[in-house]
Amino acid sequence: MRTWLRQHRGALARAVRKLAAQRAATLLNALVIGVALSLPAGGYALLANLQGVAQRFTFEPQVSVFLKPEAKRAELEARLRADRRVAALRFVSRDQALAELRVAEGLADVVATLERNPLPDTFVVRPADGGGAALEALAGALRALPGVAHVQVDSAWAERLAALARIGRLALAALAALLATGLVAVTFNTIRLQILTQREEIEVSRLLGATDAFVRRPFFYLGLIQGLAGGVLALAILWGGLWVLNLGVRDLARAYGSSFQLAFLPGGDALAVAAFAALLGWVGAFLSVSRYLR
Amino acid sequence: MISFSAVAKRYPGGQEALSGVTFSLAAGELAFVTGPSGAGKSTLLKLIPAIERPTAGSVVVNGQNVGALKRGAIPYLRRNLGLVFQDHKLLYDRSVFDNVMLPLAFGALAPRDAARRVRAALDKVGLLARERANPIQLSGGEQQRLAIARAVVNRPAVLVADEPTANLDAESAARIVDILLSFNQVGVTLVVATHDEALVARHGRRVLRLAAGRLAAA
Repeated sequence: MRTWLRQHRGALARAVRKLAAQRAATLLNALVIGVALSLPAGGYALLANLQGVAQRFTFEPQVSVFLKPEAKRAELEARLRADRRVAALRFVSRDQALAELRVAEGLADVVATLERNPLPDTFVVRPADGGGAALEALAGALRALPGVAHVQVDSAWAERLAALARIGRLALAALAALLATGLVAVTFNTIRLQILTQREEIEVSRLLGATDAFVRRPFFYLGLIQGLAGGVLALAILWGGLWVLNLGVRDLARAYGSSFQLAFLPGGDALAVAAFAALLGWVGAFLSVSRYLR
Repeated sequence: MISFSAVAKRYPGGQEALSGVTFSLAAGELAFVTGPSGAGKSTLLKLIPAIERPTAGSVVVNGQNVGALKRGAIPYLRRNLGLVFQDHKLLYDRSVFDNVMLPLAFGALAPRDAARRVRAALDKVGLLARERANPIQLSGGEQQRLAIARAVVNRPAVLVADEPTANLDAESAARIVDILLSFNQVGVTLVVATHDEALVARHGRRVLRLAAGRLAAA
């Protein structure tokens, strides 16, 4: 076990020495990987931020039933509760709605200028069936009730946003897969060149009794380190990019009375990006070694 | 220790380098493999560490049938052999010390013990004072001595040297032979391929004479 560990330590040291001896090439390779990885990582961060914003609002379909001033609330409530298509019901009085509006970001100033409360009493209905057709049928039935001024299906925009986010995630996954393939190819080629330049050393080592594992190990570490360095660089690029973007976002958010800012990836996700990059480096090295060190 | 039985070696393309070679070497024995260029000396030597595999017959080294060894077992066979190549096969991107250290890097020796072994081997061949030099700075004879130090650092039971005195002046060649003989005197089995008949005659040991791939005298 001690020998095995010592050999791994030796292989790691040899890989680090090789990388240090070719500083410029190492940096350029890491930069290529870093820039390529920063694109999907950046997209992921932006999507996570967008999702964060969207999650402040409900994605559960609901129907708002705005009442006329003369509407008979108790009678209407009884009819709604009796309807099997209604899973839950909540009454929001016009005063309560105004109070909620007052504390909403960016609207306090607007509400303060109002001379009287323009908002109607509202029933917020959670339908038993959230499907598009059932929702529309329910909305139509609610519109026909006496005392109802307006019916609004509130989930539509949220559903559209969620659908857009899903498309974004799919596009990101495709981009990440494409760039991951590119990164594997970059590492594959780097390791191939390393194998070619060390062909003599490899041949002599084998003649003197080096096992395949001993010969291959430093190349695996080389790929792993190169991938990891690229991953760390990608995170640095992402952090810098978000910092620059936030200069503009801060002003925009302030104009809406919000303190919203684009957040960096959570710790676990950042670690996953670095680990994924290291894994890609290892895969590239593995493929190269399998091809050229047979 | 080393036993060849009806060994043949045919290279791809049809050239038969060895045919019906049979001989045995006991532990501690010294044998010169001689013959003209193309007689099969290098091929015979390459069969011992399984650099080449026989196409017929068997080669047994330290009790192992080399021809039947799996690829994964070959490194362990080679670690018990000392190999000296005609072209030295030194690494010129590292020091004399690191060249000799190379075979120990594969093994289980602790770094401090390995360094002691390396210095002992370098001392034995008279290169201890040059341990920090690059092999490129050494003369041909010194490079060959360095190759010997690397071959013996693992304390092998068998030492195989292919034309160790080729391209060397008489004085350097004599020193190389003296060093090789000194290992044989302490019990190392020694197989030396050479086309230098004078050298063979001078030492009067066992001679395996090859001609066109066949053993003319053993």
